[in-house]
Amino acid sequence: MELATIEELEAPTMEIPQATQPEIKTIPEKMIAQNLNCFFGKTQAIKNVTLSIPTQKVLAIIGPSGCGKSTFLRSLNRMHEVAGGTMTGTVLLDGLNIYDSDPVVVRRRVGMVFQKANPFPMMSIFDNVAAGLRLNGLGDKNKVNEIVERSLKQAALWDEVKDSLNKSGMSLSGGQQQRLCIARTLAVDPEVVLMDEPASALDPISTAKIEELIYDLKKNYTITIVTHNMQQAARVSDYTAFFYVGELIEVDDTKTMFTAPRKKRTEDYITGRFG
Amino acid sequence: MTISLPLHMQRWRKFKNVFMIGLCFLSAIVVIAPLFIIFGYTLSQGIGALNLDFFIHMPKPVGEPGGGMANAIVGTLIMVGLGAVFGLPIGIMAGIYLAEFGKNAFGFTVRFLSDVLSGIPSIVVGVVAYILVVMPMSHFSAFAGGVALAILMIPTITRTTEEMIRLVPHTLRESSLALGIPSWKTTLRIILPTATKGITTGILLALARAAGETAPLLFTALGNRFWSTSLNEPIASLTVFIYDYAKAPFDDWNRQAWAAAFVLIAMVFVVNLAFRFVTRSRYGTSHN
Ligand SMILES: Nc1ncnc2c1ncn2[C@@H]1O[C@H](COP(=O)(O)OP(=O)(O)O)[C@@H](O)[C@H]1O
Ligand SMILES: [Mg+2]
Repeated sequence: MELATIEELEAPTMEIPQATQPEIKTIPEKMIAQNLNCFFGKTQAIKNVTLSIPTQKVLAIIGPSGCGKSTFLRSLNRMHEVAGGTMTGTVLLDGLNIYDSDPVVVRRRVGMVFQKANPFPMMSIFDNVAAGLRLNGLGDKNKVNEIVERSLKQAALWDEVKDSLNKSGMSLSGGQQQRLCIARTLAVDPEVVLMDEPASALDPISTAKIEELIYDLKKNYTITIVTHNMQQAARVSDYTAFFYVGELIEVDDTKTMFTAPRKKRTEDYITGRFG
Repeated sequence: MTISLPLHMQRWRKFKNVFMIGLCFLSAIVVIAPLFIIFGYTLSQGIGALNLDFFIHMPKPVGEPGGGMANAIVGTLIMVGLGAVFGLPIGIMAGIYLAEFGKNAFGFTVRFLSDVLSGIPSIVVGVVAYILVVMPMSHFSAFAGGVALAILMIPTITRTTEEMIRLVPHTLRESSLALGIPSWKTTLRIILPTATKGITTGILLALARAAGETAPLLFTALGNRFWSTSLNEPIASLTVFIYDYAKAPFDDWNRQAWAAAFVLIAMVFVVNLAFRFVTRSRYGTSHN
């Protein structure tokens, strides 16, 4: 009990410097990107973006193709540098700059689901989910079994695969593979889950399953999802951020964003006048 | 709306299709035919000398009939094994280095020199091993033979390992890193196993080539008519026996040379199968 109190006391209370975030200001933020600039060589993909990511909510990032949605997302768990990109600015996770921390630790806390489902091809369904645990040194078999089952249940895949855990992950359908990748991400117990167009390669039924899943997951996780599908953003997210050529144009709670956007460009994009 | 070509055009197109497929099929036959011819011919020439004695007995002195090549079979196994012990770790690790960190001038140089090395005639490698190992030790040895074979294997293993690692999709590495798996573990536990199939092929090619080498062994292991498993002594090998026995003026020696050639091919074949069995994917590739 005492410990908890101390933690609460010391929890950083941060002011959000961005004026365009009236709604989010009132709720606690899990992550904050401050004056973020991302580059690929000389090309600048993200221009001075400041955006906070509310705790245990779903933030959707929308915008036309090439506007920097993926780049922004990948700067939140230091995957941007893996693609050879560079950045300036800060990204805070619970008040600490992730760019001052060990990237391996950051990525365990901030997990990522990619656009194209990509199970590890040489591994069974079980091993795919267990990979992050085992390779991070968890040897206790019972514990691994338990977490694998829990993660597959969380990813709404358990019932479909519980009798074929030893089959190849590649033997699943596209939608199942993507849920397997979500289970794999959840197994290492991240606090934030980043999803980059996780359903864009899936059929409508699989897409619906993923969306349902996202809805359930936000009870325990902070989620940021990139999508080019505005109906999807409207369905799954609490907040929506609109990016345009590397800049953050507007962010608001999803309802306001889709009914009464404050910026003309946002309105044009949402109503389908461009993009 | 359908677009249909005139009938004669359709026929002509179908003919071209069948013709090309046929041509490719014939080429495939031409590729495997030499293997069967060699296999059949060595067997037919050497069958007279192929018996249990051949595998378990030592060579007989000139003039005495019979005898076998037990020492040469063991010698070849020892030297190829020794070459693999030196060559596999170095080749695989160098390949990993080139694939992961080889985008600089040093990597470029290593890659280039490794390609040059793989083109150097094996007899030259034998001379080099003679200078590097035999002269300092001042006698021929199985160890020197193993070193020569390792030098021959390394470039092939290095380059196939590099190429196969490069073929693993980048997204797989990213998924692993995104799970908080450190970079080196990602390489060793995710990337390398995914590339195993291709790397195995490269290793087998290198082993087979090494097993079939004669010239580098003449300068290093020399040959030995007696039983020896010491790394410090000259040692027999199938290839050197083939070389000696094939040019000898005795019919039974010639027959034994053919038998040795057949055994060598069969050994490469069996090792190939065994390797593929051990490293086979648990899931095959049919799922993709
Ligand atoms: N690996 C890369 N190397 C160089 N430029 C890149 C790379 N990835 C993305 N870009 C560039 O960065 C910009 C933003 O890309 P991205 O973040 O992928 O956009 P989005 O996800 O919104 O479609 C684009 O102009 C794109 O061409
Ligand atoms: Mg993208």
